[in-house]
Amino acid sequence: MGFFEFAGDILPDLLRATVTTIQLTVFSIALGFGVGIFLALGRIYAPRPIRWLTGGYIAFFRGTPLLAQLLLVYYGLPPYLAMIGIRLSPMVAAVIGLGLNSAAYQAEYFRGAVQSIESGQMMAARSIGMSRLKAIRSVILPQALRIVIPSWSNELIYSIKYSSLAYFLSLTELTFVGKKTALHTARTFETYIIVAAIYLLIVIAVSRLLVMLENRVRVPGLGVSHGHR
Amino acid sequence: MNPEAQTHTGNLVLRVEDLHKTYGDNHVLRGVSLTLRRGETKVVVGPSGTGKSTLLRCINQLTIPDSGHVWLGDMEITRKESDINAIRAQIGFVFQSFNLFTHMTALENVRIGPMRVKKMKKAEATRLAVEELERVGLSDKADAHPAELSGGQQQRVSIARALAMFPQLILFDEPTSALDPELIGEVLEVMISLAREGMTMIVVSHEMGFARAVADEILFMEGGRILEQGPPNQLFVNPREQRTREFLRKITELYGE
Repeated sequence: MGFFEFAGDILPDLLRATVTTIQLTVFSIALGFGVGIFLALGRIYAPRPIRWLTGGYIAFFRGTPLLAQLLLVYYGLPPYLAMIGIRLSPMVAAVIGLGLNSAAYQAEYFRGAVQSIESGQMMAARSIGMSRLKAIRSVILPQALRIVIPSWSNELIYSIKYSSLAYFLSLTELTFVGKKTALHTARTFETYIIVAAIYLLIVIAVSRLLVMLENRVRVPGLGVSHGHR
Repeated sequence: MNPEAQTHTGNLVLRVEDLHKTYGDNHVLRGVSLTLRRGETKVVVGPSGTGKSTLLRCINQLTIPDSGHVWLGDMEITRKESDINAIRAQIGFVFQSFNLFTHMTALENVRIGPMRVKKMKKAEATRLAVEELERVGLSDKADAHPAELSGGQQQRVSIARALAMFPQLILFDEPTSALDPELIGEVLEVMISLAREGMTMIVVSHEMGFARAVADEILFMEGGRILEQGPPNQLFVNPREQRTREFLRKITELYGE
């Protein structure tokens, strides 16, 4: 059986798994976005005890292996969750683990973006009578979210790739199904090449989309920061 | 200069009493008191580091003073219970570095206050913003972002932003100090016409030509205190304090008339 015939045979299974991978990425990046913004704002504007808490959260999730965090959520929490009657599916566990981890990184990117806005803008917003919350919503966040796009793109691309760690939670995402296919067909090399190509295509598409978004919301005079993970 | 302000004794817009502010060991304000009647323009001068900017910021509580009181009309701003956002909405502030909102056009910068703070409808706020931009001579720049404007234009937008809130008074914190010399005139022109239209304002500035043209009173600050105050003629011609004389001579040499 030639390569393309083989690829045609295994592609339906792999594409179904790709949908799971995309779902996992979308849910976890969204969870990370929401939590990350709160962490960043807490870290900058909240009273000291909350600043320490958010700092501790970020230190924990950035300072320990993502895989260990996923295992902790999937295998470590269930005994306790069972006491209150909650069972975690692999998908939910993976979204929570990846999302909470991503939140820590996104928080740092948001924080950098917010802090790159001159403090005079907050002062000007307060001077026309805005509360701090209103100023954050109308003046600070719209700028920070534009500034953060390039580094946030990195985070999204990492999230796509790190979603493969859900393999260890037996979630039927792309890497998991790829491994199974490789075992069944005994054509390991070709299978993994196809799996890799699918990841690459997703990453390229997402990068393109984000560059388009960046250009669409670009405003003269608003610089961008490039983050590294 | 507003002649009415000279004769009226009532119409007190602002009263500042015995303000003190310390940063670490640095006693920036050492008991500053002043009053401002409706339509009055007061210009604050003095060497750098004597607390002029701190005084303005303490008036609308962008900086919290250590002690002292500020009243806007009958309302005491410095009371803990007072709604500081509602009060700031009535006090315009023009910053040395403009501080326009970078992501908004000139029009949006002017419109945001009425919309977000006063809950004005968008269409109405837009009309108002167009009017205020026209007032500062920038109707043609409504759709420009701050980065596309010169410093002088940015400062005029920031004056329009303050005006759109219909403030009871406007505080100007060295509004022309960050500008290239050729751009200072257009900003001063706007401020002069505001003063002549009866706007109540306190201006920290070393532009003596401006002070002579529109100031009802010049306040000379040094070492965190108001050392001397009076109408421009009196201060320029016949100051009581030797320090005032020296300082005014020096800045007149530096900045010209």
